[in-house]
Amino acid sequence: MTGFLQNTFNGLVSGAFYALLALGLAVIFGMLRVVNFAHGAFYMLGAFGAYVLLTEAGVPFWAALVIMPVGLGLLGMALERAFIHRLTRLDPLYNFLLTFGLTLILQDLVKLRYGVQSSPYATPSALSGTVDFGIFDFPAYRVFILGFALAVCVGVWWVLTRTRIGMVVRAATERPELTRAFGIDVGRWVTPVFGFGIGLAGLAGVLAAPMRAVNPLMGADLIIVVFAVVVIGGLGSIFGSVAAGFGIGLVQAWGEAYLSAFPIVSQTIVFIVMAVVLLWRPAGLFGREEAPA
Amino acid sequence: MTSIVDTPADAARPAVPSGLVTVARAPGWVRYALLAVGLAVALWLPNGLYAAVAVDILCWALFAVAVDLLLGFTGLMSFGHAAFWGTSAYVTGLVAIHAGLPFPVAVLAGALAAAVLAVPIGYLAVKRTGIYFAMVTLAFAQMVYYVANEWRSVTRGENGLQGVPRELFGLDLTDDYYFYYAILPIVLLGLAAAWRIVQSPFGRVLVGIRDNPARARALGYPVHRYKLTAFVLSGFIAGLGGGLFAVGHRFVSLDVLHWTTSGKAVIVVVLGGIGTLWGGVLGAGVVVLLEDWLSFSGFEAIGLVTGGIFVLVVLLFRRGIWGSAAALALRRMAARRR
Repeated sequence: MTGFLQNTFNGLVSGAFYALLALGLAVIFGMLRVVNFAHGAFYMLGAFGAYVLLTEAGVPFWAALVIMPVGLGLLGMALERAFIHRLTRLDPLYNFLLTFGLTLILQDLVKLRYGVQSSPYATPSALSGTVDFGIFDFPAYRVFILGFALAVCVGVWWVLTRTRIGMVVRAATERPELTRAFGIDVGRWVTPVFGFGIGLAGLAGVLAAPMRAVNPLMGADLIIVVFAVVVIGGLGSIFGSVAAGFGIGLVQAWGEAYLSAFPIVSQTIVFIVMAVVLLWRPAGLFGREEAPA
Repeated sequence: MTSIVDTPADAARPAVPSGLVTVARAPGWVRYALLAVGLAVALWLPNGLYAAVAVDILCWALFAVAVDLLLGFTGLMSFGHAAFWGTSAYVTGLVAIHAGLPFPVAVLAGALAAAVLAVPIGYLAVKRTGIYFAMVTLAFAQMVYYVANEWRSVTRGENGLQGVPRELFGLDLTDDYYFYYAILPIVLLGLAAAWRIVQSPFGRVLVGIRDNPARARALGYPVHRYKLTAFVLSGFIAGLGGGLFAVGHRFVSLDVLHWTTSGKAVIVVVLGGIGTLWGGVLGAGVVVLLEDWLSFSGFEAIGLVTGGIFVLVVLLFRRGIWGSAAALALRRMAARRR
């Protein structure tokens, strides 16, 4: 039982990363119809930035947790203005290709400067202990990640549903022409929303730095799993993306714990789930049906 | 859902036909002349380049044409074609190593394995279109990658399959120069098959589905089944390329299944010109030569250059080499006729 609870908790923690990344992807997709391949690269930049700030400037984790998302958000806005913006009127596949190219560039720039080896990042001292849950102990840092990610998801949900900005963004997502017809300047929100999504990826990266190995390729394979997550949840649905993120984290953790005799299955369980969802509900668990094609 | 070929920006310009129509519109002698030039270049290639590079160009040409068959002529962007290229490379390598059969038989076995794998992946992927299709194929290709990585008893994991033989009735093909001419007929057959598919009534239906899936469905065409058939054919042709690649390098590593390989195939097609078929062959030549030159000059960050090409081509050169040349030639011809 203790083992099961521990696995569940670990699953929720890795699900928190999927959820944060999927949330950023979904917000960007909703507003711009862009699937951002470079999301994994920005996650990596978040972690790497935190590492570089600590080792070269002595900036602590808590400061990096603010600096990196904001800095990367601004970088994302600049990239949106410089490149992505030019292609949003075309087929979304072009921006997919563009961000794929950006991914290769960002990865290799970091590789060129810092090499491919992994660097350790110390857990912030305030969170280095464990939390006693009665029947088992859990690293305090992981409890923090879970709580923090949940708070961010709830915060984004609150902004989207309870504020005027959120209403504009949701309206622009669902009916861009109609929203424009009401006299709302939809274009104004495109760049900030893109920057916000990138900021979430950077935030996930900073959170990952003390827990996972920091290296230039840490976001490369992760982004493909996140793509599977958003296909499962339904990319058009923000709630679906977050729920699928946590769900896949759980399924993966359970798979690794109880199917360890079949490493092929436990390694690919995300994609098996995706195949089942495509058979059963092609639009994703929480997605709406596309126009038939 | 508009196809990637007919972008709104392009629609405003004078109609730029896809490769299919370009070939149909160019006068017969132009087509035969281009064909003759192409064959002459193919026959001459290993005399002007390192033969090993020429072999790579042939393999990548097949890969690119396979991807364009879907992207340009069916309107489906597969971002996971490394699954078929790589699966065929592994199967070809295993058959060649363990069965000692002539290499074309091994390559055929590899390509068939790729086509078989394309059935379930295609069946699931064609349930989605557009960007989702790209993500789904990418995810399934990553699944194949993980399986190959875990199944070490067969794939040798990180070490890769070493010593894939180039057996062909006792002929000595160790020199890449002779090997090039041994595989050239297979590659030309593969390219001709792709051309035939595009020209056939089946190919016309695919283009119809690309341009207006709802109308194709209303006319009674089973759209999913057509897409799936195109997907499997494309997987087979990509598999031909991957199998030859394995024999050519005498080595198969996990790289053949990695998502960067899938992405490279797509950019080769975009650089050559989506929906032009032969553009992919040109794109393969350019990219393989460039990468060879970069690694020869000792430049480490190849991703920086390929990524840069990606960004530049997508931003500035969406018609690709063949598409731009065809548009230019057609405009010239139209001007002369006036």
